[in-house]
Amino acid sequence: MGTVSAAPDVSRFDFMTTRLDDAIGWARKFSIFQYPFVTACCGMEYMATACSHYDVDRFGAGFPRFSPRQADVLFVVGTISHKMGPVLKQVYEQMCEPKWVVAFGVCTCTGGFYDNYATVQGIDTIIPVDVYIPGCPPRPENVLDGLMKLQDKIQKHHNAPPPPLRGGAAAPPSLPISKP
Amino acid sequence: MTTALISELSSRFPNVVADSKAGGPDAWFTIRREGIQPVASFLKNERGFDMLMDLTAVDYLEWEGKEDRFEVVVNLYSRSRNERVFLKSSVPENDPSIDSLAALWPAADWYEREVWDMFGIRFKGHPDLRRILMYESFRGHPLRKDYPYNLRQPLIGPQN
Repeated sequence: MGTVSAAPDVSRFDFMTTRLDDAIGWARKFSIFQYPFVTACCGMEYMATACSHYDVDRFGAGFPRFSPRQADVLFVVGTISHKMGPVLKQVYEQMCEPKWVVAFGVCTCTGGFYDNYATVQGIDTIIPVDVYIPGCPPRPENVLDGLMKLQDKIQKHHNAPPPPLRGGAAAPPSLPISKP
Repeated sequence: MTTALISELSSRFPNVVADSKAGGPDAWFTIRREGIQPVASFLKNERGFDMLMDLTAVDYLEWEGKEDRFEVVVNLYSRSRNERVFLKSSVPENDPSIDSLAALWPAADWYEREVWDMFGIRFKGHPDLRRILMYESFRGHPLRKDYPYNLRQPLIGPQN
């Protein structure tokens, strides 16, 4: 005859882990090492936001890291073409957890006004995106608002899984093959 | 002067020069495509047109009054004479090829690759004719008028 014993009740110690979670979230949100994946005109507004007038260093995000291995936030800035898609995915996969993605500018959110044969209609079809900053290009105030939303997300949900991708995979249409 | 150049070219290459006109300070020639190489070579070597400024193509798919579907347009500039010349050459759809000018002007190399990529016009004698803007697995030539402008062929991700 054995005795059944309940698991020890440690819920009164939850306040320690909650405080620790908050502290980790606070530390992560104020030390963002962004990877500015800049391809097009939005890069100008990114630079304007990062430099002295609209300073992004006061948010703790003053150090861009141009290596995905050393970065935790991927700022995708500018139009992504289908030729660039696999490169973007590879850069995203080279980053370590925890990582977040910001879609900066309408080209990365939905393809922008480039509804053509070459442009990815939103990078969330390729990689999961956490914050969308629309604008063509977005004003620096808009960017800083998006950055603060990202910080809220990092603070509250830094243990959450990445958001889902949009759409499903399908085969490209068949066309006549031209070879030189 | 460009008018002198027009009369000179018309007399030297009578079979090949189909049409010519002076458009302001520039001269425009419509050349038959088999004669593009000798005319270009003459202009470069003997008349000092040392710069190829542009090489592009036009798709006249639904244009009335054009026999051939494509037209290759070459823009030459002479620094010593300060004159500009446009050579237009019709290319039919059933045999979309024309001689390459890459041996005369190295700048033509990438322009011809772009025309191949976007229109599907082959350049005979080009050293390395392959796509330059689109990726190799892309099928079709996107700047042709019958290619739907939003037909995407994603390498990864969904068809959207």
